[in-house]
Amino acid sequence: MNDKIYKTILFLTALVVPIVCGGIVYALVTDAYSAFEHFGFFKFLTSSQWNYTQGNEQYGALPFITGTLLTTLLALLFCIPFSLPISLFVGEYFKGSLIASILSTITDLLAGIPSIIYGLWGFYTLRPLLIALNISPQGSGILTASLVLAIMIVPYASSLSAEFIKMVPNELKETAYSLGATRMEVISKVVFPVSGSGIFSSFILAIGRALGETMTVTMLIGNTNNIPLSITSTGNSMASIIANQFGEASGLRLSSLIAIGFILFLITAIINMVGKMMIKHARIS
Amino acid sequence: MKKIFFTIMTLVVSLAMISCNNTTTNTGRKAQKLSGAGATFPLPFYNVVFENFAQVNGDKVAYGGIGSGGGVRNLKDKIVDFAGSDAFLSDKEMAEMPAVIHIPTCMGAVVLAYNLENVKDLKLDGELIADIFAGKVTKWNDERIVALNPEAKLPNQTIIPVFRSDGSGTTFVFTDYLSKVSSNWAEKYGEGKSISFPIGQAAKGNPGVAGVISQTKNTLGYVGSEYAFAQKIPYASIRNKQGEFIKPSSESISKAAAGEIPTDTRTSITNSDALGAYPISCFTWIIIYKEQHYADRSKEQAEVTLDLLQYILSDTIQNITPKVHYAPLPLKAKELSIKNLKSVTFDGVQILK
Repeated sequence: MNDKIYKTILFLTALVVPIVCGGIVYALVTDAYSAFEHFGFFKFLTSSQWNYTQGNEQYGALPFITGTLLTTLLALLFCIPFSLPISLFVGEYFKGSLIASILSTITDLLAGIPSIIYGLWGFYTLRPLLIALNISPQGSGILTASLVLAIMIVPYASSLSAEFIKMVPNELKETAYSLGATRMEVISKVVFPVSGSGIFSSFILAIGRALGETMTVTMLIGNTNNIPLSITSTGNSMASIIANQFGEASGLRLSSLIAIGFILFLITAIINMVGKMMIKHARIS
Repeated sequence: MKKIFFTIMTLVVSLAMISCNNTTTNTGRKAQKLSGAGATFPLPFYNVVFENFAQVNGDKVAYGGIGSGGGVRNLKDKIVDFAGSDAFLSDKEMAEMPAVIHIPTCMGAVVLAYNLENVKDLKLDGELIADIFAGKVTKWNDERIVALNPEAKLPNQTIIPVFRSDGSGTTFVFTDYLSKVSSNWAEKYGEGKSISFPIGQAAKGNPGVAGVISQTKNTLGYVGSEYAFAQKIPYASIRNKQGEFIKPSSESISKAAAGEIPTDTRTSITNSDALGAYPISCFTWIIIYKEQHYADRSKEQAEVTLDLLQYILSDTIQNITPKVHYAPLPLKAKELSIKNLKSVTFDGVQILK
């Protein structure tokens, strides 16, 4: 009897999440429908117009898709030289030592800082620095947002990669050492090939985090609705355009913003799925 | 079991009775709760007004600063008693809903804030501002800026225009002015709460724009006067229609409405031809339905709504506007508004005598 009740409750609570998720998708699709219907799905994806003029409203998602992908890719590039050494340090060189656990705790702490704090730091510290170094005249832009995003995703990429590096069987490494391999050779010839797909998937999950980041990006990207032509130019990401404009939006513009939200949802879902599949693959090999 | 149930029920009932037992006002009627939503521009002013109103009348007013567009949307959905808006409704918008009236509550302006080393009193005129934001004048030492500021040491640097990334009444007032003074601007960009500015960078809200300007050299941006006055950031004098360079202040903003106003007060007062007027000034309005019986509103609520509006138009409140960094309404606007309030009805019966 008790077991049955327990089972039912468990089943019902587990059911809530898929229902909520389905509801979100349903709401996004129904509200975005009028934008897709008005502009056509592919035209909406590929148009770079974002024109508010009444009677001639033109909305397209391309500048924001570009902005999101550009900031995310750059953030990934900037984050690799930091997160990969951290994961090697924690997972291989100083595996299990006190200093490794201190380092990994500090890195994980980075994940707990609210994004508004990163935004403030970027706005008041990094932005003036970029201006002073003459890298960009106005300070904000794709580059600024990517740099801060990179720091934000370091813990996501490094702690998971460290786990995969730790999982490399000792027998394999010992065999390599016994054959006279140096530590560098063990890492490049044994550790990376074995844990490679795991590390790759941890970076994919980090990308998933960077894609949807809103507050930090809104504060630093410059918020202009053009396709960014260089990495120092200003732009808007999919999340930041929604954050900026939903307040006063109505009608077709609101629908277009929701459509952008739907596309962002799709991109994030696909990337997360790829990441999950890679992890599964990594465990099997 | 039964006992516990009864205890709980009595508790609930007595609690409900306590919460229902509203305080009564000075006039002896039940205190009402009004709710409004809309423009953020007059929010600091409204906070003071509603607090005073609660002390004087005993009625509570809750106002959500969700933006002019959101406020009007809420009024359309009939979930608020009034909407605050920086832009008056167009004829088309008016046609989409039951009859409404616009009551101006105070005045404000849009100032041009800048960040230039060693330049204290920058002077600009409308056409120049339009050309800067259109990307036609790009350097601070452009001869047209130098001509207006012969004494200032203007740097050979690129001007970085800063604008609002979110839809805003401030943007509307600013671009409304630019459209009036520059035919090129009117043709290419026009006026609206959101405009596709060709160059520069954007930030969210007045604090965002002001923050970027104060942090970044060689920037020029537009900020609501209430924010600029409170924060004391440097702003430019603008040449008005009479050819005078005017710094925005409570007096110069009020003067912008010294001319003729239409009876429904729906008018833009940018580029005013009055003497001493700051050219980028604006009204902010409270919009209510002419017929106050809608949704499940009571007659008392309708009466309190009118009380509140009369209170806002009174001298006591208008005199405190400069203290909270706004400007008082001119006499003409007050007279017209009182007249408009008299047209408000409940079930077809005039409320104010």
